[in-house]
Amino acid sequence: MKVQLPLTKELVESLKIGDVLELTGNIYTARDAAHKRMVEALEKGEKLPIDIENEIIFYAGPCPAAPGSVIGPVGPTTSVRMDPYVEPLVQKGLMAMIGKGDRSDYIPPLMKKHKAVYLLGIGGASAIIARQVKEAEEVAYQDLGTESIKRLYVEDFKVIVGIDTEGRILHKEGIEKYKKK
Amino acid sequence: MRIINTDEIVSIIKELCKKACYELDSDFIETLKTSLKEEESKLGKEILDALIENAEYAKEKQVACCQDTGVTVVHMEIGQEVAWEGRPLKEAINEGVRQGYKEGYLRKSVVKDPIIRENTGDNTPAIIKTEIVPGNQVKITVMPKGAGSENMSRLQMLTPADGIEGIKKFVLETIELAGGKACPPLIVGVGIGGTMDYAAWLAKKALQRPVGDESPQEHLKALEKDLKVAINDLGIGPLGLGGLVTALDVHIEAYPCHIASLPVAVNIQCHASRHAAITI
Repeated sequence: MKVQLPLTKELVESLKIGDVLELTGNIYTARDAAHKRMVEALEKGEKLPIDIENEIIFYAGPCPAAPGSVIGPVGPTTSVRMDPYVEPLVQKGLMAMIGKGDRSDYIPPLMKKHKAVYLLGIGGASAIIARQVKEAEEVAYQDLGTESIKRLYVEDFKVIVGIDTEGRILHKEGIEKYKKK
Repeated sequence: MRIINTDEIVSIIKELCKKACYELDSDFIETLKTSLKEEESKLGKEILDALIENAEYAKEKQVACCQDTGVTVVHMEIGQEVAWEGRPLKEAINEGVRQGYKEGYLRKSVVKDPIIRENTGDNTPAIIKTEIVPGNQVKITVMPKGAGSENMSRLQMLTPADGIEGIKKFVLETIELAGGKACPPLIVGVGIGGTMDYAAWLAKKALQRPVGDESPQEHLKALEKDLKVAINDLGIGPLGLGGLVTALDVHIEAYPCHIASLPVAVNIQCHASRHAAITI
């Protein structure tokens, strides 16, 4: 399904685990170090460097861009490391996260409560994911290098719904189907 | 005695870093293609298809196949008839890594201190392992190791009474805990025996073996086969979304150990199974 960003509440609530989406529009990269800083800022009552309401955070730190390319290879990193930072961000209106791997047990209830979704990128398909990035711009925490917050304009970036707003978990249901008892 | 100037190592390491990150082995890509035929899950097939396309595209364009170009593990098997001249070998290796990661547009993923966590900016220092072997040649292997799979690797000191069943149980438990986080389909390296540290090294060394390579020891070969079937029966599948293909291969290395010990280490390798080697 082709999806033009920004996301809308109606669309997010209609998504079901296993749906394959092709995203076009702006998303923001942030991983371990940037999450730590964002959440520390919120704890101090400061403003976030980007407005995350209705936005998508892509857990990723790209390779440097070679001359003539928009961005280096880029792909989702393991999401579970960002789990402790999810709640304050979805409270601020973050609507989706893109990463890889299953998450802690407390994440699906948060997705349900705040009507957010967890999307999966194809981990390790970084060379072909980079082809879908048409613009890349550092927007905050430049000193973090690969871990800075970047705005990416993506076209037809393929992701799979991993946790939906009902709190269903694709990893869990998928594995149950194929596990030999 | 053969004398090698360590300056020679710099450009070798530099090129191996780039090659390892850009090019997955052809045999490995073929194995992915075979697994695509075996996979029944629709999403699993779609993922494997993307991984094959990605590997071929990265190789053709000479770009990193995965953005996590890892911590750089450098394994040097040095013939005992070799003597070194020039700057310290460790410095030469790190200079090669520094140049390779800069020129190759590879990500710098190393922090100076595990607690303070400031990026070193050039992916150094490498994790260097040297072994002295017979002869006058040097085999250099570069393995960029991503954190997704490394973080899910585990070690346990079993007791001799735990035996082969204990080993199987620990390996399966490790793969199940890793789930989709370690980026399956995986290569599973298992080190059995030695000491705690040595078992971990054996598991890492096992990952250097080409896909399809079987242990020359019958009992280990049988265990490799059993484990591969049992791992695939877990149903984890490509990226952990369910499916038939979880492990592409299992490699076991073993070593003598103490009468009271049975160390077992599992080093997980994601589907970006990267290593490049040269013998000089």
